[in-house]
Amino acid sequence: MDEAATRRRRRLIYGGLVGFLLVLPLLAEAAGQGFYISFATRVLILALAASSLNLILGYGGLVSFGHAAYVGIGGYVVGIAFVHAGDGTPILGLLPGGTDALVLLAAAMAVSGLVAAVIGAICLRTRGVAFIMITLAFAQMLFFFLVSLRRYNGEDGIAVWQRSTLPGPLDLNEPVQFYYLVLGLLLALLYGLNRLVASRFGRALRAARDNEGRAQALGFSTFRYQLTAFVLAGAVAGLAGALLVNATGFVAPSYLHWTRSGDLIVMVVLGGMGTIAGPTLGAAALMGMEEFLPELIDALHDGAGDYWKIVLGPLLIVIVLFARRGLAGVIEAAAGAGALRLPRLIPRRPGQPPRRRRTRR
Amino acid sequence: MDPALVVEQTLNGFQLGVMLFLMAAGLTLVFGIMDLINLAHGSLYMVGAYLTATFAQAFDSFLLGLLLALPAAALVGVIVEVTALRTLYRRAHLDQVLATFGLILFFNELVRMIWGPVPIRLDPPDFLAGQVEVLPGIPYSAFRLAIIVVGIAVAIGLWALIARTRLGMRIRAGASNRPMATALGVDIARLFTVVFALGAALAALAGGMAGAVLSVEVGMGEQILLLTFVVIVIGGIGSVRGAFFGALLVGLVDTYGRAFLPDLLRLVLEPAVADGVGASLASMAIYLVMALVLVVRPRGLFPAHG
Amino acid sequence: MTADAVLRAQGLTKRYGGLVANDRIDLDVRAGEIHAVIGPNGAGKTTLIGQLTGAVRANAGRVHLAGRDVTALSPARRARLGLARSFQITNVFAGFSALENVAVAAQARAGHSFRFWAPADRDADLNARAADALAQVGLGRLADRPAGALAHGQKRRLEIAMALVQAPRVVLLDEPMAGTGPDEAADLLALLGQLKGRLAMLLVEHDMDAVFSLADRITVLVEGRVISAGAPEAIRRDPAVRAAYLGTDEAAPGAAGAR
Repeated sequence: MDEAATRRRRRLIYGGLVGFLLVLPLLAEAAGQGFYISFATRVLILALAASSLNLILGYGGLVSFGHAAYVGIGGYVVGIAFVHAGDGTPILGLLPGGTDALVLLAAAMAVSGLVAAVIGAICLRTRGVAFIMITLAFAQMLFFFLVSLRRYNGEDGIAVWQRSTLPGPLDLNEPVQFYYLVLGLLLALLYGLNRLVASRFGRALRAARDNEGRAQALGFSTFRYQLTAFVLAGAVAGLAGALLVNATGFVAPSYLHWTRSGDLIVMVVLGGMGTIAGPTLGAAALMGMEEFLPELIDALHDGAGDYWKIVLGPLLIVIVLFARRGLAGVIEAAAGAGALRLPRLIPRRPGQPPRRRRTRR
Repeated sequence: MDPALVVEQTLNGFQLGVMLFLMAAGLTLVFGIMDLINLAHGSLYMVGAYLTATFAQAFDSFLLGLLLALPAAALVGVIVEVTALRTLYRRAHLDQVLATFGLILFFNELVRMIWGPVPIRLDPPDFLAGQVEVLPGIPYSAFRLAIIVVGIAVAIGLWALIARTRLGMRIRAGASNRPMATALGVDIARLFTVVFALGAALAALAGGMAGAVLSVEVGMGEQILLLTFVVIVIGGIGSVRGAFFGALLVGLVDTYGRAFLPDLLRLVLEPAVADGVGASLASMAIYLVMALVLVVRPRGLFPAHG
Repeated sequence: MTADAVLRAQGLTKRYGGLVANDRIDLDVRAGEIHAVIGPNGAGKTTLIGQLTGAVRANAGRVHLAGRDVTALSPARRARLGLARSFQITNVFAGFSALENVAVAAQARAGHSFRFWAPADRDADLNARAADALAQVGLGRLADRPAGALAHGQKRRLEIAMALVQAPRVVLLDEPMAGTGPDEAADLLALLGQLKGRLAMLLVEHDMDAVFSLADRITVLVEGRVISAGAPEAIRRDPAVRAAYLGTDEAAPGAAGAR
């Protein structure tokens, strides 16, 4: 049957991509381009963050415009622990600082998840335009909160000049080891996400995305599932933030800047919303553009590369208007699936129940 | 507390409030009538500021610059509406977010290309450069006072427009019940272009005046845009009245918070701790107010939709 | 009011500003019966459905489901307690297959969905129940088709399957015949006839043929008030009903037809 062939080709393409990621450090070292290992590490970390956003945006249909906040919180967990490990003072007078990666990654997930729980519980009381504005506003609140913390250098943030430590011979200072750690985490996350969205929980979440009023009439307390997804997404974003600090060597309020949240949305949509591989493809594409588009433009017109975003802006509009299914859709088409029934991910608005109606008490 | 300081901070709060109102009034109608989320409203504010500065320099008059910038910004608004936003009305909110996010990137880069990355100066007119005595012994910047007066005048004008004119009736109908308004024969598309142009002019007015208080720079639009969102959420989407009271509330809470919270906390905490906690609380104050409003009234203080 | 009422409304009132949409409505549905609610447009039927399901908060009055006061509960809670509904405007998950639409309904009834790992679409229990319900409404062959691609009448039947699979105490059917052609309407009528006696139903419908042939009891709403309630024969003879509702067409029952 044709569908089997399509599935085989799809597997081949994604298998090839994973294979490429597995050998990338070897290729980069062979080519003497060590830079690409750290660049790819950052891409994969942001893929982790974008994939977490995809859970609520792509599968939950919730346009959260503050997701960078949870990345930033996770980053600050590492940064603050590092500061206190350095001067030996306890955090908030209670906890010791530290640099143990396993503890820090878990703590980053816990703190980000907790913050997401509080913010999500308030934001999910609204829908539509209000939800977008409120998620954005709370992220902005956290941004200004961190700016106000003089203990942690306010706007300048924290230089974390020592990477978190792993047990045994493992060492995050080794770019290749760090790369494989991140790749392993990303692949594990994507596998887990794949299971999650197909599970009963995932189905309830998708049902609420497609038609929330109907899902409630069937007996789903949609708020609970959406909030759970919001918290899970926040926790994974926190993990990404903790890794990102290790990759860049600093954490600052700029991690939480609203444009970072916008970037994450762009990655998800560019790659293909509500697909497992999409956000990773989108992260690679956006960061690739950021890295190489300026050079490319410079080559065309000297000095113009500095203004590359004047290209990115309209490009986004074009993508929104014409390329709805993103890069994952391109791969899907390449695999021969073509017009295979891929449901619209966010339903068109006409024919939807009114979205501002409060359906919960 | 020093009464002069209280008066000064109150006026500062009003000044920020009316500025936010100028931004929020247009934006909330766009949200309310078209159910469209427009992130690029801040870009119109920025463009307004740059146009004001350019015209002011060319004609050596702030007032003339500002007056010319308003229709120019309205024109930019119409162009944006017709070329980009019009295709987005029926799209999902996510599409609108992305496309208008793209518009912001575009405008920021465009402005940086035309005017350069360095902030440019815009001076208030000479006759408003000094201070006036608002109360015996309490001087206050004449220009900031003028901003408050202009803002309140615009608020009254808008109220009259919306409450007393045919156009206003259509706007109210469109904001509260679009299908009904369409059924009554209101041309929603044209109405929206008009509202959008009006909103752009008001944003430019805010931008031009703010440029003379702060500075004219790339990215200035986003800072106020995010505050404007808070205003609209608090006031209730689609409600101009909500935008007005929301704006004053946000303006005052933000200004008072920054001015007085650390001092107030010093009464109960050690000075160093009080300053730190006070600064943090002050920076979050308006968002906490927003959260509180949402918990009590998820649709804002003055919800427009029945 | 009998003791075996599975759904009972008492004094339901809803005001929108100064406008009274519903005024002290009393109504009950007994086990196994079909209770129809009719009334001209604007009579308050939609508001009533909203109040019964919990989507609309009543200003006054109470709703009991199987003896339990559910007035303060959300639509989702009421659904889990056994109140299923179909919608006036077809309301299915267009992106899901027909089978998955029913399976997701079964899932909603099967308790919480905090199960994160096992694939839901390979859940034999849910699938078997969904397939059974689909077969009951005659959609067994179309199980794999995306719900969005079904014909209108098929979607209406899919909605009934979604209600059936929930093994509800009572089903609210909000104009199940709306928008169907004559053949589809006849099929639906036959289907509802088969289900009669097994399931308590509250039927809101404009199709008078359907109402008078199916209903055990009828309640007539006019301008938010119950003007008459009783067996079909009594309703047919009630002069107040004839005046208020059927007055435009003396030949009435049977002639009003589908909208």
